[in-house]
Order: sequence, then structure tokens, then C-alpha cells
Amino acid sequence: MFEALLFYTFSALAVFAGAMVITRRNAASSAIALVASFFCLASMYAMLGAHFVAVIQILVYAGAIMVLFIFVIMVLNLREDNDPGWNLSPRAVLGAGVGGLVGLTVFVGASAARSMTFMPTDKLDPNFGTIEQIGYTLFSGRYLLPFEVVSALLTVAVVGAVVLAKKEL
Amino acid sequence: MGVAYLPILFAVLIAVVFSLAFVGLSKYFGPHRPTASKEAVYECGVAPVGAANQRFSVKFYLTAVLFILFDLEAVFLYPWAVVFRDYVYSSVSGAGIYIFTEMFFFLGVLFLGWYYVLKRGALDWD
Amino acid sequence: MSETMLTVILALVKCVFSLAFVMQIVPLLIWAERKGAAYIQDRPGPNRAHILGVRAGGLIHTLPDVFKLITKEDVVPSHVFRPLWALAPIISMSVALVTFSVVPWGDQILIPAEIAEKYLGTTGPLAVNLQVADIDGGLLYVLAMTSLGVYGIMLAGWSSNNKFSLIGGLRSAAQMVSYELAMGMGVVAMFMTYGTTRLDTIMQIQSESILNWGVLLSPPVGLVAFILFWVSAFAECNRNPFDLPEGEAELVAGYHTEYSSLRFALFFMAEYANMVVASSVTATLFFGGYNIPFVNGAMLREHIDLVLIAIGVGGGVFFLFAASIAFGRRKDPFYAAMEAFKGPRPNKLAPVGGLNGLLYRALHDDTLRQHEWKIFTAIWAGAAAAHFGLIGLGAMNIASGMPLLTEIIVFVTQLNAFVVKVLFGCWMFIWVRWTLPRFRYDQLMDLGWKYMLPIGLVNILLAAVWLLIDANTMRLYAAIP
Repeated sequence: MFEALLFYTFSALAVFAGAMVITRRNAASSAIALVASFFCLASMYAMLGAHFVAVIQILVYAGAIMVLFIFVIMVLNLREDNDPGWNLSPRAVLGAGVGGLVGLTVFVGASAARSMTFMPTDKLDPNFGTIEQIGYTLFSGRYLLPFEVVSALLTVAVVGAVVLAKKEL
Repeated sequence: MGVAYLPILFAVLIAVVFSLAFVGLSKYFGPHRPTASKEAVYECGVAPVGAANQRFSVKFYLTAVLFILFDLEAVFLYPWAVVFRDYVYSSVSGAGIYIFTEMFFFLGVLFLGWYYVLKRGALDWD
Repeated sequence: MSETMLTVILALVKCVFSLAFVMQIVPLLIWAERKGAAYIQDRPGPNRAHILGVRAGGLIHTLPDVFKLITKEDVVPSHVFRPLWALAPIISMSVALVTFSVVPWGDQILIPAEIAEKYLGTTGPLAVNLQVADIDGGLLYVLAMTSLGVYGIMLAGWSSNNKFSLIGGLRSAAQMVSYELAMGMGVVAMFMTYGTTRLDTIMQIQSESILNWGVLLSPPVGLVAFILFWVSAFAECNRNPFDLPEGEAELVAGYHTEYSSLRFALFFMAEYANMVVASSVTATLFFGGYNIPFVNGAMLREHIDLVLIAIGVGGGVFFLFAASIAFGRRKDPFYAAMEAFKGPRPNKLAPVGGLNGLLYRALHDDTLRQHEWKIFTAIWAGAAAAHFGLIGLGAMNIASGMPLLTEIIVFVTQLNAFVVKVLFGCWMFIWVRWTLPRFRYDQLMDLGWKYMLPIGLVNILLAAVWLLIDANTMRLYAAIP
């Protein structure tokens, strides 16, 4: 009962913050609303017993990626947005189409989920979602190749960032 | 499951209410006499030249991007560090060496990335 | 009382306690900063403000400061972006306070079965963990919250619409993210040896022996990790030598230039609250937290009467010493001067009669100060007497017969050990601030990216090799749970 209350509060807040992201005209406000949304998601992960994911959600998404967003907003300093307002350009039509498609997918997924059976979180293994559990799963050998490839991916990203930025330095 | 996190929710609420109450205090007790010079941009008494919205060097941006990438690397290190002991002291022979090598190559590749950044001078502030 | 209600109430009590803990140290630190700066610069420092002649070494100066900030005008400049501008100090302060919730400040209070059943309606004894939230993330939660601290500063800088603020915010953001990395790298080596991120478990490990204290773990890995963590903590708190975001010589007040009144105070207090939190986390991770060297909670409980006697002797002698110093101050030449001066300084605006007159005299009559030494001698002598009384209590074996009293004594003792470590850490912040010059920005970024990051990586490697060798030879750390 209490958990359900928290869940609905946080999901409502997350949706509200999400709506703020796309309705604010000021880029920094949007970014902060997105941080708030991430926070609500993190609380929901925590309630689901996904401890590591909850912390990482804040550490990486709210603490690193959104910092980069605000950084860009600060560095570019676009204060006056020259948003022409609502008009029916091909881009708007395309955006509406993609948005509708995503909405449809979510709807179909949600209706499919209705027929699934759910496991209450208190019946989960107490170690579920802990950092140890993630560690065992990730490093036991099953994900050896993806894990090593991630390092190459990150290095490529590092090189890419430097090449892009250095050209303009 | 989330019971352990409940106190954090309380702490957040208490801290926010405390900060709001603090701001409210000065609203209530302090005077409110706005003048044009109080509301002006503070530049040590000199009239500001130009607006504050100037563009800044892309170096700040580069720092933030590099931070994200290395932070992601750290995220992979945390679960590894936590289970490392169990592998090293386990009775299975070679388990320690196995998990060590796994991370050694991961860090090695990233170390190359760091070295590249260093050599390209992307970390130099001039 | 139902089980759920009890959990909720306990959580609330612990929340309030931990926030009060941080908020109480803040004014103390503001005083220590002024007095410490004065000491280092060879000047008297704050020593004027008094209440009824009691100056408490300048501690009273913090009170008028608070009243001054409360009664100042909260100027909202017209050029700021209001919503985010108002949000920024609140984020700064809240993040600093919330981070403290995972730090344990004592092992646990075991409320005996008969008391717990009678008053709290539980079945059997009730163990209260002295930590607001024991979550799996533990130290990662601290890192996550630290990474949010940057928002307060960035938003303040951006929304103020002021060049100084903007540059301060940008600098600070770049600095904080860089040192966050070094901090993360520093703690990974500790995670490896402890095998957990839970601060609760880390504390249990450290309770076992002083050799398990973080800074001594697999030398020199623990020491290097501590140095990385501590230096990053300075940068995260924006303290000198890393205080470029508010470098007053070039940026006025940096990101909080456009803030006044209590909004400024929130930033100011957040800085000190951050110092308290950083010191607490460092003490917990590297210096045994609430543990007294060589004496853990179980030993304290077993020899509770001896502990009482020890506290009585130690505290008694300490306060007797303090009383003798306070007594020695009676010959201060200042008092003789006051005696000769007679009466408050003539001030035509000063209220004379009624409550206002009394209040004015209590705060402004400097002749009252000659009674200060009497008051302090009495207070310290009283404290000494109370402590010597504890020796009697200990000798009569009173505490060992009362389990709840034992728990409370153990709690107070351990909390004191924790506070001593935290205050020493905070003093380090002050000490360094008034000793070292500020970095240049490029030096600062170089230190973070070119030195601390690779040192952290090498340290991780070293910790791994240490554990690998240890597993095949001495198995020193095999017994850690």
C-alpha cells in the first residue's frame, strides 16, 4: 500500500518532469527537469531492489551526462532562443510521427505486460541487484567479450572527442 | 525492498524544507527596498560592458566529455573491485589471475586512450 | 506501536540527529576558521562580541552574524533567471546535508528486551543501527551525491547572468568533475581490499584491529588512496588551494556574487557542511570512524566501568587544566583597563531604561567582560567535578548492572571519538586554507588529469597485485568478511 503510494508519486513526478523537459523554453530549465526525472527513476529502481542501477542512474546520468548538457548550455550561452513557434514543417511532421510510433510501442508493451505474472520484490533473493551480484554476473566469463569491447568503445569515444574538439582549438 | 532508502527520502525532504525555511526567514525579517542600482549587474561598481552571455572556450566542453568517458570506466571498476577479493581468496585456482587479467586489459586499453589525450595536448590549458 | 511506525519514527529521529550533527558543527567551524586564520597570521582574531561579558573566545561572533544575515535585504536582481537562481542555493545546501545520511556514527544501540517490549512494543530486544540509511550503494551513494553538488554552483553561475558568476560556475564545474574522477579512482582500491561498498560493513572490518584501518590497509595502497581522496575532497569542497571558483582577487565572489542575505548564507553554510561531510567520510573510510584505536565496541561494553573511570580521569584532568587557564586570565591587563575605564562607552543613541536598555547593556557594556574569567572558571571546574563524579560511578560498578546505560555510554564515547576525527579533518581544511597559496587554473587541471588519475590507476593495480600475492602467501586479508 505504502509502496504503491510511493511508486505512483514518483511515476507521476517523473512524467511531470518529463513534460517540463519538452515544454520549457529555457534550455537550462529543461535540463534540470530532466535531472529531476532521473531522480524519480532512480527512486523507482531502488524500490525494485536494483541497488546498483539506482546509484549509477544518479552517478552517471544525473551526475555526469546532465552536467555535460548544462556545460554545453553554459558554454554556448544561447539565452534568446529564436524558436519560431508552432508551424507545420516537414520536420514537425516527422517528429510527430516518430513520437506517435514510440507511444504506440509503449502502449503495446504495456498491454502485453498485463498478461504477465509479476514477482513481488520482497520475494526476491536478498542479494538481487546488489553490486556483488552485478560483479559476479559481469565478470564470471559470460560477458567477457562484451566487457572488453566496451573498453575499446570508450577509447574510440575518447579519441573522437579529442579529434572533434582539437580541430576548433 | 526499498525500505533501506526510506530514510534518504526523509533526509531529502527535511533538508529541502530546512533550506526553504532559511530563505523564507530573510524574506520575512529582512527589508525589501529595491532600487535600480541594487538590481544592476554587480561588476564592482563599474557599469557592465556587454552582456554576460559570451561564448566560452570549447576546452571546458572537452573536459566534461572526457569526464563522462572516464567516469563510465570507473562505473565498470566498482563492481569489479567489490568482487575482486572473493575471486582472489576463492579456492578455485587461477580465479584471481583470471579476474585480474580481465580488468588489466580493460584498463590497458583505456590507459592508451588517456595517453593519446595527453599526447594530443587536449589536457593542456594555455 | 506497530513495527512500521517504529521504523518510520526511528528513521526520522536519526535523520534529524544527523542533520543536526552537521548543522551544529558549521558555526563551530566558522569560528575555528576565523580564530585559526588569526592564529596563523599572528593576530588576535574575533574577540569583541559578548553576551553578559562572555565572549567564549570569539565564538559569540557567529551569533550577530546570523542575526545580521537574517535581517539583511534579500536582493533579487532583475537580470537573474529567477527559478534556477532561487533553486541553486537550495540544491547546494540539501546535497551537502543529504550526503551525510550513509555515514555511521556508532556501532549500534541494543535496547534491552524488557525496555523495548514495555515502551516500544517490540518482541525481544531492539537493535538500533546508528546510521541513517544502510544502503547497498554505500560509498557510491556518497560519490553520486557529490556529483550532484556541482549543480548548485553551475546553476548559480549561469542563472546569475553576471560575468564573474558565469566564469566562477564554469571553472568550478570543470574542476569538480575532474576531481570526482580522482576521488572515484582513489576509493576503488579501498573497495578491493574491503570487498564491499557498504560503510556499515567497512566499519565492522575496521573495528577488528587498527591494522584494518583504511589508511594502513596493504601499505602503501591505503595511504595513497587516502591522499587521493583527501586532495579530491578539498577540490570538491572548493576549498583553498582549489578555491578558484570564488577566487576573490579575480572573480569577486565567483558563482555567488549576485546572492545576498540568507541565500548567500546557504552557499556559505553548504561549504562548511561539505567540509564536515568530507571529513566524516574520510574518517569512516580511512581512520576507523567511530572506533577508538585498540578498543572496539565489544571491549567497551565488557569493561564499561573501567571506561567510565578512564573518561572520568581524562575528562576531569582536562577540564581542571582548562579551569586553571581560565582562572589565570583574571590577571589579564585588559580587566585592569576596564576597571579604570568604568562604565559603557558614552553613546547618545544607546537606550537607557527598560528592556532595550538591559539588552543594550548585556551586549555592549564592556565592563561586564571582567567577569568572564569567573564564569569560565566555574564552568570548567563544574565539568571537572562532574567528570570526577564519573570515577565514583565507575568504581561502584553502576553502569555494568544497567544494560541501557552501558549502551548509552558506549554510544557517547564512540560518538566523541568520531567527532574528534571529524573536527581534526575540518581543522586540516582550515589549516591548509591559510597556509597554501591558490593554484593557477592550468596547474589545477594538470594535477587532476595528469597526475592523480594515473596515480589512482596505478594504485588500483598495486592493490590487485598486493591481494594476489597475499592470497598465495600470508592470507592477511582472507579473514575479512
